[in-house]
Formats: sequence, C-alpha cells, structure tokens
Amino acid sequence: MTAVTTTAPRRPMLRGRFQGAALGMTAWLAGLLFVLPLLWMVLTSFHSESDAATNPPSIAASLTLDSYRGFFGVDGGASPWPALINSMTASVASTLLTLVLALPAAYALSIRPVKKWTDVMFFFLSTKMLPLVAGLLPIYLFAKNTGLLDNVWALVILYTAMNLPIAVWMMQSFLSEVPAAIIEAAQIDGAKLPTILWRVVAPIALPGIAATALICFIFSWNELLFARVLTGVVAETAPVFLTSFITSQGLFLAKVCAASLVISLPVLAAGFAAQDKLVQGLSLGAVK
Amino acid sequence: MTVATPPTRVAAAAKRPAARRPNRMRAWATRAPLLPALIFMILVTQLPFVATLVISFFDWNALYPDDRHFAGFANYSEVLSTPELRKSVGTTVLLTVTVVLVSLVLGMALALLLDRKFRGRAAVRTMLIAPFLLVPVAAALLWKHVLFNPEYGLFNGVLRWIGGDGAVQPDWISEMPLMAVEASLIWQWTPFMTLILLAGLQSRDSQLIEAARMDGANDWQMFVHITLPHMRRYIELSVLLGSIYIVQNFDAVYTITSGGLGTANLPYTIYQTFYQAHENGLASAAGVIVVIGSLILATFALRVVSSLFRAEVSR
Amino acid sequence: MRTQSRRAPRASLAVAAVGTLITSLAACSGAGGSGAGGGDSINVLMVNNPQMVELQKLTADNFTKETGIKVSFTVLPENDVRDKISQDFANQAGQYDVATLSNYEIPIYAKNGWLHSLDSYVKSDTAFDQDDILTPMTQALTAEDGKLYGEPFYGESSFLMYRKDVLEKAGLTMPGKPTWQQVADIAAKVDEAEADMKGICLRGLPGWGEVMAPLTTVVNTYGGTWFDKDWKAQVDSKEFKAATRFYVDLVRKHGEAGAAQSGYAECLNNMTQGKTAMWYDATAGAGSLEASGSPVKGKIGYVPAPVEKTDSSGWLYTWAWGVQKASKNAENAWKFISWASGKDYEKLVGETIGWANVPAGKRASTYDIPEYRKEAGAFADVTRDAIAGAKPEDPGVQPRPAPGIQFVGIPEFTDLGTKVSQEISSAIAGRQSVDSALKKAQEFAETVGKKYEGS
Repeated sequence: MTAVTTTAPRRPMLRGRFQGAALGMTAWLAGLLFVLPLLWMVLTSFHSESDAATNPPSIAASLTLDSYRGFFGVDGGASPWPALINSMTASVASTLLTLVLALPAAYALSIRPVKKWTDVMFFFLSTKMLPLVAGLLPIYLFAKNTGLLDNVWALVILYTAMNLPIAVWMMQSFLSEVPAAIIEAAQIDGAKLPTILWRVVAPIALPGIAATALICFIFSWNELLFARVLTGVVAETAPVFLTSFITSQGLFLAKVCAASLVISLPVLAAGFAAQDKLVQGLSLGAVK
Repeated sequence: MTVATPPTRVAAAAKRPAARRPNRMRAWATRAPLLPALIFMILVTQLPFVATLVISFFDWNALYPDDRHFAGFANYSEVLSTPELRKSVGTTVLLTVTVVLVSLVLGMALALLLDRKFRGRAAVRTMLIAPFLLVPVAAALLWKHVLFNPEYGLFNGVLRWIGGDGAVQPDWISEMPLMAVEASLIWQWTPFMTLILLAGLQSRDSQLIEAARMDGANDWQMFVHITLPHMRRYIELSVLLGSIYIVQNFDAVYTITSGGLGTANLPYTIYQTFYQAHENGLASAAGVIVVIGSLILATFALRVVSSLFRAEVSR
Repeated sequence: MRTQSRRAPRASLAVAAVGTLITSLAACSGAGGSGAGGGDSINVLMVNNPQMVELQKLTADNFTKETGIKVSFTVLPENDVRDKISQDFANQAGQYDVATLSNYEIPIYAKNGWLHSLDSYVKSDTAFDQDDILTPMTQALTAEDGKLYGEPFYGESSFLMYRKDVLEKAGLTMPGKPTWQQVADIAAKVDEAEADMKGICLRGLPGWGEVMAPLTTVVNTYGGTWFDKDWKAQVDSKEFKAATRFYVDLVRKHGEAGAAQSGYAECLNNMTQGKTAMWYDATAGAGSLEASGSPVKGKIGYVPAPVEKTDSSGWLYTWAWGVQKASKNAENAWKFISWASGKDYEKLVGETIGWANVPAGKRASTYDIPEYRKEAGAFADVTRDAIAGAKPEDPGVQPRPAPGIQFVGIPEFTDLGTKVSQEISSAIAGRQSVDSALKKAQEFAETVGKKYEGS
C-alpha cells in the first residue's frame, strides 16, 4: 500500500515505467477485489441451491435459471412485480416532486438570492442530520389516521423530504455556475425572464438536473426503514420484498442472490450509465 | 429543530425607509420560489419531531393502551440511567468513525491509483463503483449469507481451498460482529469516497504540478504540499457526507446481526424500543436526546462545511 | 419595478401549483385508500415458515376458487413479522384482517381488546369441529375472559431429533427418555463422527422466540425459573445458571459452527445437510426433515425433550390465526381460518404436497389418518404426546406467577427475552462468560418483576 500513496511519476526512466506498470496492476487488482463479491453473487444466482451451499465452493457447477424462476413466482410463490412497480412509482414520483420543489428554491438561493440565503441552505442540510427513526412513530400514526398507511404516496412524500436537502444543495451549486453578468446583459437586451431561463440558465442547469434526479432516484429506491414500517399488502417496495426471501424453507442462497440482483438492477444500470452524473450528485454538486 | 447557522450572516436590517413598501414586495417576490420547498420540509421533517417531543413526556406502552399518562421527565431519567443507550452511542461513534476513516484512506489510495493513465482505467473505475450501486439491504444480505456464513460462505470456502481440510474456518460474525458490519459498510462506501476524491484529484492545477516537478519536487513532497492542501475540501466533504449516512445506518445492523453481539447502534436501539418493547414514550425520549446530540454535532459539522463552501458563499 | 410586479404573481402561481400538486397527491392517496381490502378480499400477515408458504401457494386455486374471496398475503421472517403484527394490532391500524399470532400473544392481545372473539363463528361452523382441536391448544388460545381468540394453524412441542444411522455406527443407543447429561455424552461421542458433522445443533440466535425458547425449557427442567411466584427475578439463581452454563458449554463444544447466528432455520439446514447428528428443537421440524426429497428422510429418530428434574420438558407453541378487532371483514376472515385450519386442508396438503408436510399438531383426527400415520409414523405419536403432555401452568418444579413454558406470559417478555437473548448469544459466541451474561439478565428481569411485585 505504500507504493499507492505516491502520485504518478511521468519521468521517462525505466524505473518509472516499471513503477507505472506495477501501479496499473495494483489498480486492476483492487478493482477486481471490490467487484469480486458482486461477481460471486451473479455466479451463485445461476447455481442450484445445493451447489450454492458447498464448501469449498463449486465454481464449475452447472448453471440454471431456477432461482430467477423462483423469484418471479413461476412456481406459485408471490410475484415480485407489484413490489417492483411500487418501488418504481415511489422513486420516480418522489424524484419529480423533489425537482419541482428544489428548482425554484435553488433559483431563490443562487441566481436571485434571498437574504440570509446561507442560513436557509444550512437549514436544509441540517434536516439530513436528524435521525429519521426518531420521527417514525408520529409519521406512522399520522399515516394511519389519514389513510396513508400502506399507500405508496406516503413514501413519495417522505422520500421527497429525504432527498430535498441534497437536491437543493446540488441545484444551488449548479445554478451558481450561471454568471450573473450574462443574466444582467440579457435583461438589458430586453430579454424576458422565461427567455433568460430557457436560453441562459437551462443549458447550464440541465446536466445538474440530471445528476440530481439520478441521486434522488437511487436513494429512494434503496430506502428500507420507512417502507418496512409504512407499507403492507398494497404498497410493499422491492427492498421489503427482498427481506421476505430469508426463510426457514431450507436453502435460499441462490434465490437471495437472484432476488438481490434483480432488485438492484435499475440502480446498477442507471449508475453505470451515468457515472459522471453520479460523482456530481454524490458531492452535492461540489464536483462538476 | 433548525440549526442556528454560524457562517456569514448578511447584515439585513437598515434599509432606506422611503422604499419600504416596494422593497417588501420585492423581498417576497424573491422569497416566493423558496417557500414551497421550505414549507414542505418544515411540515414533513420538523412537525414529527415536535410530536415526538410531546410523546416523550408520556408513559405510553403500546401493550397497555389504557394506561397512557403524563410522566414528566421520567422517560428521560430512565433513558439516561440505562446502560443500553449509552452503549449504543459508543457503538454508533465507533462504527461511524471506523467506516468513514477506513473508507477514506482506501478511497484516497484508489483515487490516486485511478488518477493515472493505464490500460483499462475506465473498466477499473466501473468495477470500483459497483458495490455502491447494490441496494444496501441486498449488500447486507450478501455479506451475511453469501460471504460470512461459516458453513458455506465464500470466505471460508476460499480458506478451505487454500488450506485444505484442516483450514481454519472462523465464524466471522460471532467472532468479530462489529467488524463484520463495518466490513460490509466499508465495501459499499469506499467507492463513494473514491469517486469524490478522484474528482478532486482531477481538478488539480496541472500547471502547478508541472512547475513543482520542474523545481525537482519528489512524489511525496508534491503529495504533501500540493495534493493534500488542494484535496482538503474534498476530504472534508466526503467525511461529512459519509458520516451523515453511516450514523443513520439501519439496514446493515438489522440484517447482519439483528443488533446482537454489541452491534446495536442508535437507530437500531430506538427501533427496538419502539417495536419490541413497545415503549413509545421511552423511545421518543431516546429519540429526542439523539436529536439534541445530532444538533450539537451538526452545528459543529456545519462549521466545517461552511468553510468548505466559503468559496461559493463569497461568490 | 416592472419586472418585479410581474414576477410576483408568477411566483405565487408556482406556489399554488405546487400546493395543488400536494393536495392532489393527498387526495389521490385518500382515494387509493389503505386498510384491508373491502368486499371479497382479505389481507393476511404471516410468518414465512414452510407450512405458510405452502398455504400461500394453495390458496388461489382452492380457497379463492371455492369462495370467491381473494387473499393478499404478506409473508415475512419471524422477527420482522412480530414487529409488524404488534405495530398493526397495537394501533388497530386494520391493514391486516388476519395474522399468525402465537399462544404467547393471543391472551395478551385479547386482553387489550385487539382481537375478535371467535366463539360465535365456531358455534355456527359445525364442520370446523372445535372439539377435534387438541385441548392444550384450545386452552392456550382462550383468554382470561373465557372466550376463544385464535385457531391453531399448526401446533408444536419440542423434542430431540437424532440420526439413527450415525448413532448406530458409533455403537450408541438413544434412551427412550433421555436426560440432558446423556444427550451431552452422546454429542461428545458423535462429534465429528463424519466429516463436517457436529454433535448437536442448538439455537443461539438472539430473539426471545429463538435461543430463549429451547434454553428456557432446559432451565425449567434444571429446576430454574425466570420469576418465583412473588415476581422475584430468579435469573441469577443456581439452577438458572447451571442450565445456561450447560447449554452454552454444550453448543460451544459440540454444537454447530456459527452458533450465535443460528436459529431454527439454520439448524434445520444443518440437519438436512447432514452437518449435525442431533437437534433439539420444534416438533414441526420433523415434517421438513421427512418431506420427500429430504436427504435425511427415514434416517432420523425422535425422542421426547430431554429432562433433568422434571418429568417432561417440551414446550407448547402454536402459530394460530387471530382476527384483528379493527377488521371490517371478520366474516370472510373466519371463512379463511376455517379453511386453512380445517380438516380438508390437511388432506389437500397430504395429497398435493406430501403427508409429512401436513400442518399437524392441532387436531386429534390428524393422527388417525392412515396416510399420515404411514408417512409421519416416525414422529407422529411422539409429537402428539409431547403436545398433550405440555403443562403451561406448571412447567417447572416451582409455582409460577404467569403461564408459559418457553416464555413468561406477560407483555414485557418480548423485550426482556430479546435483551437477555442478546447476552446469552454473546456468551455462546465466547464474548463474555455465562456469569456476566446472567448478571445483566438478572438486572433486566428485576426491572420487569418490580412492576408486578405485590400485584
């Protein structure tokens, strides 16, 4: 690990080239090490239950789609589709609602900032630091008394609250990139506000909106605690559905692997496809 | 429940009295776009805490529905006198600090590796991101059942490959419960750190690096004098964000150890008081204490962030 | 100024738009409505044991086809399902019409007015034949007020399962009614009798329904108890300590790998996979071990729960259906219960899945079915006798303040048992001594006992 902490030398020396190759190898090894559990999960999901539970592991065991069949309820079990659709509804709807609320707020915090706008920013961030679990009981009781229990829209509202601080910070950071001078110049030229927003602000903000949406989607999709407590028969989400696979019906390793992979698929796909957006989003927009 | 924010208070008062009315309208017009988000946040995040505060003064066990009464500070003294909560505070701190620090160091190392050009860099980056994109509860299940299981988990399987029949077969979760939880979290959060830090590295001023190299600075000197100062805000950012998420972690603790073997952190302990002890009043009191603690920490943490974003604040 | 005045309404328009959006969301959620499905559908919350999963698979093609009542299931692991049930029932949220409760919860829930009494349904539904239900079951599901609040889906006691072939090869014979010391001796001798085979599997997983269940039966037969009749906590008594030390030592020396993380499910796996020679657990496990396709089918012998100072020590447990008071579909809920706990359902399982898989242990008539006796003969009578012989009012050597064999029948026991189980589990993992675990456990128990003392 000591070699790792040095930055890349580009000296045209033999030692440097060797070192470069060695560091490249180290990076490859590290990457493989991190992805290995995931690859093992993929392989296990294609094994039969009895091959999945051997020691030492049977790598070369024959492959089967049984676990996926079991997961999709082909053999009479519960179908995962309602849960997947609920997760999709909750994630997409809360992402949209977050954007609808965050965009104007970010505008009022960057392009035409309100007084004490930094205080407002920190208020938003501070809500992220409060332990969600402490508000669980009132939220549950409220949902129960308003008929929001086992209702996917309750999750939409909560996930929006969960993601709004991040979204406001990100959008604020992206909108701050819009140079005030350009807006003023446009105004002097007599351009109207919608025109300014569309021509000047949007091109700069759109990548930011995409990054924000990606992050909101991922965090909503992943959420377990509220979904566990607030949903039941109708609004069950995919992560909750996943926990019901840990059973006492004998071996379940392959089935859990298959279920985990299918349920992670939307996030994996979105994240791989938009790696740069992911970085921007994770850093609250501090990284462009 | 808001945090009194320390940084850069804009001097607000004292405007020209003549322009008062139009000014007020203008102020509201400026504020208007902000209000929906602000009101929404206050309704959804602050009101429940007010309710929690009220409940915390009641002796309310869900299993004795007829025996709910005002109890003053009794719940608070009970929470503070039981060792469980104190212990779970320690566990939370230990868990958070370990995961954040180890992920940070590993993330920095990986970011430095990825900051160089080598064959297949994009592929390695993609591989590194993968753990972060697994749904957290799926990751916890993977570690508990597929990797750590002493009978047929991958770790002991590999040990048997290497060591044959006489190989040691540790019972990972029982022998090192907290480390087991930490390992799964580190696996998930290192990619997060790597991504932020890598972006930081790539935003370094290349001219400055060239100049330093011309002056004969060696790798270590460049790392200490150029890279680290530049990276400070990225490091602080990743520590802050990582802490926010890991302090609140519930999925991994719940799934891997069910809070057993001394791994119960604060969210789990409160959850347990709600759902296993059904002591609504007690759990709410614990929640309020945790909220107060978080606010103190948050005020401190926000000072850090505010220095972080000073550049943008002063813009 | 012009721009400002124009922007103000625009902004308020935006506020209004968002406001409308939120209200419409709320409205639409109101319409979407939660709560148990109305009309001809019911919601059922149940634990994901094999018997329940089979029930889930058989419901649509049989129950729904016959009655037109649609059943939506939520199936969760035991600890999760308990959290969810208590939450829904305690708040009378009415999300679920029917849930799998146990003989621990039913009297407590009934006292709180959270359950529908089933007496009137039982009376009018003669085909259900309440008299056929084993007496200890009916008693355990009857509350203080003398009314019946639950119907068992399956019932169980605990007994010792052992590999006949392994013991025979080692030249050992299992006594017809073993003591724990004899079991420990056998465990030592068969440990590693085959590669990767441990002597015995005992639960070590935290949870009042996991490690605490078998351990408490051992405590009972060693002469210990949680509380004496005056609610004085007895967890650090000599007998409780001796029993716990015996249990922890046995599982640490000759028990399964990963004992502190092993519950019923893991031990069932170990037994099925031939990784343990003996297993002390629920009688319901036998159904899975003898099911068609099980690699150990026919190789297992069954004897009553091992004893020391008492005559018998098996527990009494049932997963039983309870109907939530807030349910608006009690009528349909009973139809479902009557079907699932009825005689015909047992026959249906026997014919479609296998007679060993029948959810037994609740009806006397089950043990008269020739096909069942043929398939389940190895464990049928031991099971029935264990259930019939269980004495929840008097499970140990001293009078008890509350009923219950493997639990104490008070609401606080879930929390007390869970906390203590975490200490025990930690002792099984070797992270603390039994003495220090029980010292903490005694403090937990004293706090609970104080609430009842003098009452």
